[in-house]
Formats: sequence, structure tokens, C-alpha cells
Amino acid sequence: MDFQYDSEQNDLREAVRGLLQRAYGDAEVRRQTVATDPGFDEKTWARLAEMGVLGLPFAEEDGGMGAGPIEVGIVAEEMGRVIAPEPFVESVVLAGGLVAAVGTAAQRQAVLGPLSEGATVLAVAHAEPRARWSTGARGVTATQEGGSWRLTGVKEPVLAGARADVLVVSAAVDGGTALFLVQGDAEGLTRTGYATHDGTRAANVTFAGTPAELLGEGTADRSADVERAQSLARIAYANEAVGAMETALRTTAEYLKTRKQFGVTLNRFQALTFRAADMYVSVELARSTALWASMVADTGGDVVAAADRARLQTSRAGRHVGKEAIQLHGGIGVTAEYSVGHYTSRLTAIDHVLGDGDWAAARLAAKVDGYPTVDPLGAPYTTAQG
Amino acid sequence: MRLQLSPEMEAFRDEMRTFFTTQVPAEIRDTLAARRHLSREQYVQAQRVLNAAGLAVPHWPVEWGGRDWTPLQRHVWREEMQLANVPEPLAFNTSMIGPVIAAFGNQEQKERFLAKTANLDIWWCQGFSEPDAGSDLASLRTTAVRDGDDWVVNGQKTWTTLGQHADWIFCLVRTDPTAEKKQRGISMLVFPMDTPGVTLRPIQLLDGGHEVNEVFFEDVRVPAENLIGEENRGWDYAKFLLGNERVGIARVGATKKLISQAKQYAREVTVDGTPLSEDPRLTARIAELENELVALELTALRVVANSADGKPHPASSVLKLRGSELQQAATELIVDIAGPLSLASFADGGSEVPDWARVATPEYLNYRKVSIYGGSNEVQRTIIAGTILGL
Repeated sequence: MDFQYDSEQNDLREAVRGLLQRAYGDAEVRRQTVATDPGFDEKTWARLAEMGVLGLPFAEEDGGMGAGPIEVGIVAEEMGRVIAPEPFVESVVLAGGLVAAVGTAAQRQAVLGPLSEGATVLAVAHAEPRARWSTGARGVTATQEGGSWRLTGVKEPVLAGARADVLVVSAAVDGGTALFLVQGDAEGLTRTGYATHDGTRAANVTFAGTPAELLGEGTADRSADVERAQSLARIAYANEAVGAMETALRTTAEYLKTRKQFGVTLNRFQALTFRAADMYVSVELARSTALWASMVADTGGDVVAAADRARLQTSRAGRHVGKEAIQLHGGIGVTAEYSVGHYTSRLTAIDHVLGDGDWAAARLAAKVDGYPTVDPLGAPYTTAQG
Repeated sequence: MRLQLSPEMEAFRDEMRTFFTTQVPAEIRDTLAARRHLSREQYVQAQRVLNAAGLAVPHWPVEWGGRDWTPLQRHVWREEMQLANVPEPLAFNTSMIGPVIAAFGNQEQKERFLAKTANLDIWWCQGFSEPDAGSDLASLRTTAVRDGDDWVVNGQKTWTTLGQHADWIFCLVRTDPTAEKKQRGISMLVFPMDTPGVTLRPIQLLDGGHEVNEVFFEDVRVPAENLIGEENRGWDYAKFLLGNERVGIARVGATKKLISQAKQYAREVTVDGTPLSEDPRLTARIAELENELVALELTALRVVANSADGKPHPASSVLKLRGSELQQAATELIVDIAGPLSLASFADGGSEVPDWARVATPEYLNYRKVSIYGGSNEVQRTIIAGTILGL
């Protein structure tokens, strides 16, 4: 058991931190960046690609770096630290992850190579207005005419959906849910993009007989693949949330030391410092769980179960830290000009992409009567899953 | 980064698990599993079994019975002990006065006390808190005045846990009332509880039990050789000792045990024919508690893995703070599972209420102590805010 990064991982962390610090160390730059489409900085996306970050989890023969969930977690945490608006988890971890897991060798090379190089942005079109959090597709159906597939229906909200060059779309077929690739310029594809509260972008994506390429071979149900890819994304989001919480806490502590009221700095008020101490407790417990979940994924253990635990812990912690960060700042915390409220907004967004805390708790609750105690270093977390 | 224990650590864990579940008398472990108080004899018997196997004081210096284990080994040792319902070696002996004597006592004191302390041949109790010196321990007022070859002690201590079983007491006393800082005038004395002038008075607690005491000193004569370390350096020893007190205070294994018991109890309670264990609100509550406990255990593992240099990790305060809250949450969960049965606290014969439901509320009330002792949770928040956040 070892919770320390090795030297290569530390180097990756330092490099990504340096790059993102230069890009968004000044919170005003982020604010300006998210004010205009596509809601992130294409140059920063390209620099992340140059560093190898966008190909991190993919096999080398697919154009990637052959790294694993620990490295993905390191990058995600650094993204969270400055709430970088580039769609790393959405495009690389989730969309790229689905292509890596399901795609044929030719599809993996065709899609993951350009993604790794920063030439394209991917997005997953899976969420549906009437489906909440699900692994299946209902609102978009796929039909086959001759040798080609066509999709019909609506996906929303699709994160980074308007900017994406390629969409990974889930659709109902006979026998379950299949996955498809749709090119951004396909006929019969309508995308209406908009800003989300955290400054990133989402879209309504409407398919009207839109031509699509089946991802992988055969139309067997892909729900389990969706579940697994979502779980890896939940773990990455947990790390991103930890980075965001860390900055929210640090910013708050700094503010308490400098802001004066009643003739003294705010850190003279125990009512405030105790609440900051509780924020620290939440951050550290969330950090342990996020790190552990990355390690479970790296070990080949049960990523779905580990992701549910990380989701629950970071949901509770993210809400606690985000809300307290604003409250301890006072009115300035809810202004657009000051940074801390944007962290709360991002934490709130992360909390609703792939299931919130109650959702994860319900999934864990369904299983509690089946075992006496949890051993985070034992089965099913450290045993290879079939 | 590596999640699994090494094969050597796996083997160590198995060795501990096997020893605790086979070598410590079942009757003692059953008493603890039933969440009943142990007798003095049971404490002594259990500790001697551990000590004979070298498992009572592994964290002491090797020449006095220590094992030179890594922090992770010590963590596993403690967790497995809790999971097996084995009473931990008496903290007053093994975590408090033993390490202090080993670190600061003279050779004669080490030879006189350490082996007997490890084997619980001497039962120690703690004379620290006073009626007006709780969290603000340094304001203690019990005095020791030098008179020839003796110190003469006068004053009062309180919250002396299991003092009714104790042979000796280690005591913080004020030896220099003129010291500029109140921390500077304090010394540590040890003496037998049957020394003339020592009076012990039980404090009855909410749970009906007798766990803590007041101890009064009236012209108690203590030989000068019973001063531990240097005169007026007692505060340093107290800080060293309280640092040890926080080690292992997360009590993850013990809380895990409580939660697994809670699940079993929930299967035994039926609501209009349906087991309470199927109530989604209850299972969600258990899931949340277990998840917090996983996070705490992982944090404890991060702390032990990163504190190989012997210095406590700054996050140790998190362990005390959240560890105590989760212990309390687990006892509260059991009370709520017992529901109306929890009212039968002191039922004896002629009651159909199961034993676990009877002890549930007294234990819950008793466990309010865990966020108060060992540096109250408010003290921990002060440490986190000051030391870690710089506030």
C-alpha cells in the first residue's frame, strides 16, 4: 500500500499545473474565456495536447500515451484547481473512453488519434430530457437502412455538444442500447448550444434521420460499457472536484486573514475559523476517497462500486465546501467578478452530470445488507473484475 | 501508488487476525461484542495474553518490549484488535505513562516500572484534569511542595478513568507557582493510590456506570525519586503523552464492528412483519455512514503511510474529529434501530427486550465522551484552523 505519486506522476502534475497556472492563474482570464464560444481556450486545448494530456488514457497504438486512471486523476485535479473550462473529462475521459472501450481498432485509431493530437473535440450525446441518470437510451432511436444507420430523436444536455467535431451517441436498437459515431457536419443534425451556469457549454442535439456509424461491432446492449465509462468519468470528476474544493478552501482561508470587519481581520472570529476547519475535514476525506477510487480503477478492481463511493463523498463534500466558501466570504462570494463563487458553480455542475449524492447513496444502500463490513483494501476493490 | 497491501503486510494482517480471534479468551471478546463493561480481571487477563506474545506494547522502544514496527503495522495491529473485539491494552499504561517513562524517566524508573506496566502488573490511572482545568489543562492548581526528601501534594483531580482499579497514578502538579508562563511550573509525579491522603470518589455517569472518578490529595507525601524527568518540565511530557493519545483515536475498526452489528440488529427488528433492514431510509443512512467511514479509514492510511519520520501528520486532527463523530453516529444508529426497545435500558429478568437493545442508549449516552476527551473536537478545530489553515 502506497499513497505517494512516483516521480513521473509528480512531473506530470507539475507540468500540468504550470500550464494551467499560466492559462488561468488569473481568474479574470477564465472569466473572459468562458464569456465567448466555445467556452474554452482552443490554444490551451492545443497545449494540453502537446503535453500528451489529451491522449493520456489511450493505448499507444491508438495514438495515446498508455497511461492510466491515476494520471487521469492528477490532470483532473489540476483542472479543478483553476476550474479550467476545457472539456477534459467530458471529451477525453468519457467520450474517448467509450470509443477506446467499444470501438474497433480502425475506429479507435481514426477517432482517438486526432483527439489526442488536439485536432478534434469529442462529446458524448447520452443524456436525455426525460431520462435523468441512466445507462440506457430511449429518446433517440437507431434504424438500419441497407448497410447504414440513421438516428432520430433528441439528446440534451450534451456537454460541449455544439463545439464537438464528433459525437458519441447512444441510441435505442432492438435488444437495448447501442453506440454510434456522428460527425459534426452530418445532414439532419441540429445543434443548439448554450452556456451552463458554470461557464462551460451544453447543447440540445436533435437528430432527424441523421447518418451514423455503429461504434464497435454488433448491436448487443452496450449499457454495461456506458456504466463503466461513466464510472471512470465519475472518478475523474471526483478528482476534479477535490482540486476545486482545495482552491475554494485556500481562497476562503486567505480571505479570512485579510478581510477586516469590526476593526479586526475575520480570522479573529471563532465562528468563522471553526467552519473553515470543517471545510478542511471535508476536503481531506474527499481527497482520500477520490485518490482511492483512482487506485481501484488502476488496480482493475470494481470501478462501478468505487465510483459510487467517490461520487457520494465528493457530492457531500463539494456542496459543503462550495456553500461555506461563499458564506464565509459574504456578499462578494456571489459576485461574478470574484472567483470563489465560480468554484461553487463548477462543483454544483459536477454534482449533476453523472448522478448526485442521493443517487449514489441509493445505489450503495441497495447493497449494504449483503456484507458485514467494507474493506477498501480488499474485495471487490482490489480484486480483478471479470 | 499501490492499493494492495504487500504480501508481507497481508501475512502480518493474517497473523494478527488469527492471534486475536484464537488466543484471546472468547468470554472476554464476547463481553466486548455484547458491548458490556469488562471487569478488572478481564482487562488484566487480556493484556497479559497480548504481552506474552509481544503484542501489548509494540510501539515502545525495542529494549522495553517494542517491535520496531512501521506505522502501517501498528495501524493494522490496532484495527484487527478492534475488529476481533479484543480489548486494547490499557491506554494509561501503554500509550501514556509507559512511553513517557521510556522517553524521559531515569534508568532506575525504567527498570522499576516498564515491564510491570506492559504486563498490567501495575494498573495506572491519569491525574491530569481538574475541576477548573479541562481543555485549559495548564491552569491546573494541584500543588506539590518540596519537604526534605518528599513532595507534599495537595489538590484535586477529576475524570480519572477506571481509577477504582488503579494501583498507581501519574499526576501533573504545580511545583513552581511563580513561573512566568503557567506551563513552565508543572511537574509529573507518580505514586501509589493507597498512599495516605489519597481519596477516590466515584462519579456516576448518565449510563448508570462507574467509569470515572474524582481523586483528592491531602498532604500526600511522595518520595522525590518519584518525579518523572525534570522538575517543571511536566508540560512537555504531557504534550508528548497527549500526542500518543491521539494515535489510533480514529477507531475505525471499532466503528466498523458497530455498523456490522447494527445491520444484524436491523434484521432482527420487524415492522409489521417486514425486517427493518429493508427500510430504504435506514439502508441509505447506513450507506452514508459506511462511506464516511471508508473515507476516514483511507485518510488514516494516508496519515500512517506518510508519517514514517515519527512526526504526526497534520491531518491527524481530522482523525480524532471525524473518528469520534462516526463512533457517535454508529451508537446513535443502534439506538434508532432499537426504537421503543431502547427504553428498556436497565431491564433485568422478566424482559423480552434483547440485550443489545438494552445497552443501546446507555452506550450512546456514554459515547458522548469521545468528542470531549483526548482534546475536544473544538480543540481539534482550533488546531486545524491554526496549524493547518494558518487562521
